[in-house]
Amino acid sequence: MLTILFDGVAYGMLLFVLACGLSVTLGLMNFINLAHGAFAMAGGYCTVVLVNQLGVPFALGLPLAFLFTALLGGFLERTLYVHVYARSHLDQVLFTIGLVFMSVASVDYVMGSSQQFVQIPDALQGQFNVFGIGMGKYRLFIIGICGLLTVILQLILAKTRFGSRLRAAVDDQRVARGLGINVGAVFGITFAVGSGLAGLGGALGAEILGLDPTFPLKYMIYFLIVVTVGGTSSITGPFFASILLGIGDVAGKYYVPKLGAFVIYAIMIAVLILRPQGLFARSTAR
Amino acid sequence: MTPTPTAGEISAYLKRRARWSPLEVAFWVFAFATIWLFPDKYLILKDSAILALFALSLDLILGYAGIISLGQAAFFGFAGYFAGLVAKYGVVNEPVIALICAGLVAAALGFVTSFLVLRGTDLTRLMVTLGVSLMLGELANRYSNITGGADGLQGVEIAPVLGRFNFDLYGHNAYVYCLIVLFVCFLIARRIVYSPFGLSLRAVKGNVLRAAAIGIPVKWRLVSIYTVSAGFAGIAGALLTQTTAFCSLDVFSLDRSADLLLVLIIGGTGYLYGGLIGAVIYKFLQDWIATLTPQYWQFWIGLVLVIIVLIGRERMAGWIAVVRVYMTGVVGRLLPNSAAITGDMQQGR
Repeated sequence: MLTILFDGVAYGMLLFVLACGLSVTLGLMNFINLAHGAFAMAGGYCTVVLVNQLGVPFALGLPLAFLFTALLGGFLERTLYVHVYARSHLDQVLFTIGLVFMSVASVDYVMGSSQQFVQIPDALQGQFNVFGIGMGKYRLFIIGICGLLTVILQLILAKTRFGSRLRAAVDDQRVARGLGINVGAVFGITFAVGSGLAGLGGALGAEILGLDPTFPLKYMIYFLIVVTVGGTSSITGPFFASILLGIGDVAGKYYVPKLGAFVIYAIMIAVLILRPQGLFARSTAR
Repeated sequence: MTPTPTAGEISAYLKRRARWSPLEVAFWVFAFATIWLFPDKYLILKDSAILALFALSLDLILGYAGIISLGQAAFFGFAGYFAGLVAKYGVVNEPVIALICAGLVAAALGFVTSFLVLRGTDLTRLMVTLGVSLMLGELANRYSNITGGADGLQGVEIAPVLGRFNFDLYGHNAYVYCLIVLFVCFLIARRIVYSPFGLSLRAVKGNVLRAAAIGIPVKWRLVSIYTVSAGFAGIAGALLTQTTAFCSLDVFSLDRSADLLLVLIIGGTGYLYGGLIGAVIYKFLQDWIATLTPQYWQFWIGLVLVIIVLIGRERMAGWIAVVRVYMTGVVGRLLPNSAAITGDMQQGR
C-alpha cells in the first residue's frame, strides 16, 4: 500500500517536471502545444546517446539533456512557433500534431523503433527498506531531484524579477506589455526552460516510463491531463494534479490492471465537467 | 435602411442557396463513374469513401458548429464493434439494417456524450472528446472476451447486401455499397446544412452570445448536430467493419482522429465537399508516400500538416476558391443554360 503511494509520488513528480513547461506555455500564450512530449523524448534519447554510446557519466548526462532540449526548444520557438501563436486553436492543434508525427518518424529512422534503456549507475540501483516499505533508490533519487526542481521553480516564480514578469504576463498579457515587459522574450525563455525541463524529465523517466519513438503520442494525454486538471494559473495546481495523477495511475494499474488507464480518463472527464477551468484555478475570468 | 425581408423572400433565398450547382452534379457523376473507370483501384477508393463519410461527420460539427473534436473515433469505433458483433452473433444479418442500427447506436452515444462538450473552452472539449474515445478503447481492451481485445474481432461473417450482393474478392460490390451509403448520407447532411437549422448553426459558430440573443437555443442546436455527426461517424465505422469483416482496437486510436483533422484541413471545412475531396487526396497521398518510404510515411504527413498551418489555411482556402471559380466557369460553359446559378456554390460559403 505504502509502496504504491511511494511509486505514485515518484511517478507524479516526474509527470510534473515533464508537464510544468506545458502549463506555463498554455497559460501564458494560450497556446495548445501537443508536441511537448516530443521534447521529453528528445531529452531521453539525448541521454541514451550520451550515456550509453559516448560513455558520459549519468550525472553529467542529465544537465546536458536539459541544455540540449532547452536549446532545441528555444530554436524551434523562435523559428516555427512564433508564427502560430496568433492562430486559432485548431491551427495550433494541427501544427503541433504535425510536429509530433515528424518527431516520431525521424526518431524511428535514426534510433530504430525498439525500446531504449539508459544505463543507470550502480549506486542508484537496488532498494532501501524503511519500516518494511521497499523504496527503489532510483525512485527516491527522482523524488529528490524533482522536489528540488519544484522548490527552485517556485522560488524563481515567487522571488525573482523574472518570475514576477512572467506572472504579470500570464495574468494579463496586454497590461504587462503596456508596462514595458517584453512578453515575447519572457515567453521565449520560458518556452526554452519548459522544453529543457521536459527533456530532463524524459531523461530521468526513460527507466520508468519507457522510451520508444511513440513516447510523445503515448504521454501527450497525460501531460494534457495534468495541465487541464491542474489549471494554468500557478505551478502548485499542476503539481498537485500530477501527484494525484501519478498515484491514481499507479494504484489503478495495481488494483484493476485490466482496466488500465480507464480510471484516469474517467477522473479527468469528471473533473473537467465539474470544474472546466481546472481543479485549482483561481478565477474563471479568462 | 434596407427593408425587412418578407417570409417569401427568405424562403426564396433558402431555396436558391440549396439549389444544386452543375459543379456538384459533375462531382457526383464523376464519383459514380469511378466504378467503371478504375476497376483496379477499388480497395483504395473504398477506403476513401469510408474516410470521406467519416470526415463529413467531423465537418458537420467542426465546419458548421465550430466544435473542435479529437474524439470522433469514439463513435467510429463503437459502431464498428457494434456492426461486427451483430454480424458475428447473427442478431441482425442484413448489412443495410445493421448499418442503420449501428448509426442509431452511435448517435445515441453521441447524444449522451454531447452534454460533456457543451461546457468549457476549446482545450477542455479537446480533452473530453479525446478522453471519451480513449475510455472506450480501454473498455474494448478490458472486455476482450467480447471484443477479441488486441487480436481484433475475428470470425465476422457479413451476409449479402439486401440478400443479393455478396462482398466479392475484388471489392467491386463493397465499393459500390460504400459509395451509395456515402451519397445518401451526403444528401441528408446537405439537407441539414441548407435548412434554417443549418443557418442557425452557422450563427452559433460565428458568435455564441449573439446567437443566443436572437433566440437560437444554442445548447440544443449543438446537442442535435453532435448527435447527427456521431451517427454519421458510426455509419462510417460500421461500413469499415462490414467491408473488411474485421474490427480491431485501433479504431479508437488518436491517430485516427488526428488523420481525420488532416483530411478536413486538406479539403477545407464548412462546405461539405471538403471532407470528400480531402479524403481522396489524403488516401492517394498516403498510398503514394507509403510506397516510397513504407515505414516513415508519418513524417511526411506531419510535414504536410506543419506546412499547411504555416502557409495559412485562409490562404489555401483562397487558392481553392480560385480553382473553384475556374472550374465553375468551365462547367458553366459546358452547360450554357446554367450560367446564372453557377455562383451559388461560392455564396454558400
